[in-house]
Amino acid sequence: MEIPISYYLLLSGILFTIGVVGVLTRRNAIVVFMSIELMLNAVNLTLVAFSKQFNSLDGQVFVFFVMVVAAAEVAVGLALIVAIFRLKHTVSIDKINIMKW
Amino acid sequence: MIPILFFFFAAVAIASGIMMIVHRNPIYCALFLILTLFAVAGLYVLLNAPFIAAVHIIVYAGAIMVLFLFVIMLLDLKSETSRQRPGGLPRILSIIMSGVLLAELVLFLRSGTANLPLVEGDLIIGSTKEIGNLLFTEYLFPFEITSVLLLSSIIGSVILARLKLK
Repeated sequence: MEIPISYYLLLSGILFTIGVVGVLTRRNAIVVFMSIELMLNAVNLTLVAFSKQFNSLDGQVFVFFVMVVAAAEVAVGLALIVAIFRLKHTVSIDKINIMKW
Repeated sequence: MIPILFFFFAAVAIASGIMMIVHRNPIYCALFLILTLFAVAGLYVLLNAPFIAAVHIIVYAGAIMVLFLFVIMLLDLKSETSRQRPGGLPRILSIIMSGVLLAELVLFLRSGTANLPLVEGDLIIGSTKEIGNLLFTEYLFPFEITSVLLLSSIIGSVILARLKLK
């Protein structure tokens, strides 16, 4: 028996929403970053599900590229967080408001 | 068998995802995220994508999460975790808006727009050979571009790490 694609889409929608809630409610910059990773994963799941639905590998190749972007983003983002921590001794996004006018 | 596995992995992914955003200690958050990633990798296997599942575990659980844990342990966040208190209106508002987003997604799925017909044909399994074939022929240019992206991110993080602050 096959699982219909809408189940996978619903699951990835739920995971994406969990990521959105994490980004909006958490104050720790590192946890916000992890929530962004969760959102990227939800989209990857959608791509793989559609790849199976259309019987084509293009979606899986795109997942590969998304992973590369996620890895690059995490490397630079964590370097930024470490630099901010050295400057301000906090990673709470309420206190990192140097870009606010 | 496949439906049972699907619901098992889905339940693990959702439960550990929720635990990730509610747990106070960032290290536990990272560990719950790893659990979510493993569940998603299991779903990839169910979706005939073994190569993506393996790369997912190697890149996310093996590299990205190690980086996260490393940074969490590098920064002394003890004072941060104890000081986090629930912040009134913005938090409630953001949860309501996320609920609206989820309701929209569910409504879209129930409208039947996403119920696309299954494309028949020979079953394609995303093995290393097939994906490699596609990467080095049709997607060769994007593949080369990703190497430039990785190089720029390496340079960026090295420069940020060597930054002299005041």
